[in-house]
Amino acid sequence: MTGPEDSDGAPASAGRNLPPLRLHVPEPPARPGESADFTHFDIPAAGSQPRPDEAAQPAEMREMAYGLIRVLDEDGRAVGAWNPKLPPETLLRMLRYMALTRAFDARMFRAQRQGKTSFYMKSTGEEAVSIGAALALARDDMCFPSYRQQGILIARDWPIVDMMNQIYSNKGDRLKGRQLPIMYSARDAGFFSISGNLTTQYPQAVGWAMASAARGDTRIAATWCGEGSTAEGDFHSACTFASVYRAPVIMNVVNNQWAISSFSGFAGAESTTFAARAIGYGIAGLRVDGNDVLAVYAAMRWAADRARANGGPTLIEHFTYRVEGHSTSDDPSAYRSAEESTLWPLGDPIARLKQHCIAQGIWDDERHAAMDRELAEMVRDAAREAEKNGILGHGLHHPMETLFEDVFEDMPWHLKEQQQQMLDEWKAAGL
Amino acid sequence: MSEAIEPVAASAVVNAESRVDAKQMNMIQAINSAMDVMMDRDPDVVVMGEDVGYFGGVFRATAGLQQKYGKNRVFDTPITECGIIGVAVGMGAYGLRPVPEIQFADYIYPALDQLVSEAARLRYRSAGEFISPLTVRSPFGGGIFGGQTHSQSPEGIFTHVSGVKTVIPSTPYDAKGLLIAAIEDNDPVIFFEPKRIYNGPFDGHYDTPAKSWAGHPEAQVPQGYYRIPLGKARIARAGEALTILCYGTMVHVVENTVAATGVDAEILDLRTLVPLDIEAIETSVKKTGRCLIVHEATRTSGFGAELLSQVQERCFYHLEAPIERVTGFDTPYPHSLEWAYFPGPVRIREAITKIMKD
Ligand SMILES: Cc1ncc(C[n+]2csc(CCOP(=O)(O)OP(=O)(O)O)c2C)c(N)n1
Ligand SMILES: [Mg+2]
Repeated sequence: MTGPEDSDGAPASAGRNLPPLRLHVPEPPARPGESADFTHFDIPAAGSQPRPDEAAQPAEMREMAYGLIRVLDEDGRAVGAWNPKLPPETLLRMLRYMALTRAFDARMFRAQRQGKTSFYMKSTGEEAVSIGAALALARDDMCFPSYRQQGILIARDWPIVDMMNQIYSNKGDRLKGRQLPIMYSARDAGFFSISGNLTTQYPQAVGWAMASAARGDTRIAATWCGEGSTAEGDFHSACTFASVYRAPVIMNVVNNQWAISSFSGFAGAESTTFAARAIGYGIAGLRVDGNDVLAVYAAMRWAADRARANGGPTLIEHFTYRVEGHSTSDDPSAYRSAEESTLWPLGDPIARLKQHCIAQGIWDDERHAAMDRELAEMVRDAAREAEKNGILGHGLHHPMETLFEDVFEDMPWHLKEQQQQMLDEWKAAGL
Repeated sequence: MSEAIEPVAASAVVNAESRVDAKQMNMIQAINSAMDVMMDRDPDVVVMGEDVGYFGGVFRATAGLQQKYGKNRVFDTPITECGIIGVAVGMGAYGLRPVPEIQFADYIYPALDQLVSEAARLRYRSAGEFISPLTVRSPFGGGIFGGQTHSQSPEGIFTHVSGVKTVIPSTPYDAKGLLIAAIEDNDPVIFFEPKRIYNGPFDGHYDTPAKSWAGHPEAQVPQGYYRIPLGKARIARAGEALTILCYGTMVHVVENTVAATGVDAEILDLRTLVPLDIEAIETSVKKTGRCLIVHEATRTSGFGAELLSQVQERCFYHLEAPIERVTGFDTPYPHSLEWAYFPGPVRIREAITKIMKD
């Protein structure tokens, strides 16, 4: 087969006076040593976004995918149609859960630095995304999180000692030391086993939601992934299934601007928003200030009510910032401007809710400081408790033979043989 | 293209000293140097993958390349492995020579369709009209407390696929020479890098301090171009009593265990699994009459099973003892029990004793 040719046999494009093509490779606004610049962000005022009816058709609300739902204004007031008007107890619970998540992260990050475990990932600056969601969902709705939603477990009052046992991979770890730290699984908390492979949870959440719908259940599913992870094929499979079957699922994209060293432009953010991915699939899309816990709560409630009323799926982009490194293995000063986290225009989610509670007259600085102290002690005590079950690499792990359990429901002959061989060899070696 | 440098034999020290222009490099630096040399020689070579551009890769294997060769030739990609390989196949069809990185071998599975059904089949189904000259680099193997998604050894999945070559280096010198040969190869190559030995050889004793490559003869790496042909094994240690077939990290674990047991084993570092250096294997096993196969990957349908069949078919009448395999167990890679799982010195010593008894 030959390509299109001119009469003289030259390729069609050769000899034509065409400009050369150019490859566009995205570049973030600032690199190390440069000053950060967020002026290109279009940040609408709090309260300025309309709130469509939960039954709205996706086609009627496309502009929601390009706006930014914000409730808390600069003075800490909750304003606009999306204000969830939460009672004081709920506001203070949110504040406490976010602060506990941050204290937990600080302690566990330090534990990794002290050599007590292999790995840790913080969610600093992104606490509102998990806490707002957990409070907006029913306790028995099913969550399919990524590795940065530890706040969901915390807001569902899951024991932090249990989480620490998993992080230390010790003999108290319900997951038998099988998984990398923070790859929790807590069925009783409606928290699906976290995978190290990005975005696999997305179609799974849709499948869970489809099953719930097929059975005439009332529970819905929610899932989370990072903005970088939206590039994976699984994200797009999930959107297609969710759309086709109008699955009762909430698909959350946590846009914290960075995917390890790659800025959001490498997932498509130079050309559109992540919420706008919904439009092509005919799904409702919302874009939310992810550092405003009231906005996150309100958007999640909107999507949950919609799903429960058989209105189908919602894709929510949570616009936030990854304040710390990707993980304990990462040093962000090698690829992004050090100024970014201080200049981040949407503030800190804890500070913003604190300001709101103070403005409401239900909180003050002294109580906040006392709460922080109390939580730090609580986390320290829990860590001591967990460390009694052992830390990674110090002997107090599950028995060696458990290595072969749970590969299958029943252990086939070859695994039994390998299990015995391992025990015999280690015994023969005097270990 | 300049003439190939032949692979080094057992007396590595002598060869290392005669290496022109050599410099001490760890495996990451050697891999980086291979890409640098090839990008310099061949404008069609492009490097792509998650975090490989500005940052230079999470293991820093591509550090400095974007600065030197520009964003048209070294670029970050969206996080989609199937996309990365699919795009690389398309670039290859245009005439480029892509070197995509998959950040961890554990994340190669989303790319399987593009690798197995496309890259590996393109030459065959188009009768040579289109080719896929890709070299897919990916860190693999355990020993770093990475849990089940940063530790796997999936080489057996690829050796089972017709149309793709599988290469695994065990030293900085080999890593560079083999990577250059892989990039020059016109067929798709899976180049698995044993990340446990990126920074230094690993003797299998996890509780002793980590070693660096400093002073290791195979860490003397020429700065310029040289290639080690694909399909040629290396005799890591010459011996008469038994042949041990291994590759990657396990070469060092085996060397150390052999030294500790005092057995006069011949250690063959296979370097390329497909195509396999069957001649070297046959010669060695016929000489020693005994064969042990060691790999970190799981046992069932692992590459060791293929090696065992080959040795059995070709050397049966020369064998004085049954062929043994030491492999990873048939479980997912654990976290806390990593060192119970890892086929280390205890298990290798037991197997050597057993083979030598008969
Ligand atoms: C399939 C797969 N490919 C690559 C990786 C390696 N990896 C882990 S996290 C990460 C970045 C993810 O970024 P993003 O989705 O934005 O989430 P964030 O970490 O910012 O929360 C990458 C590339 C992986 N875990 N799984
Ligand atoms: Mg991100």
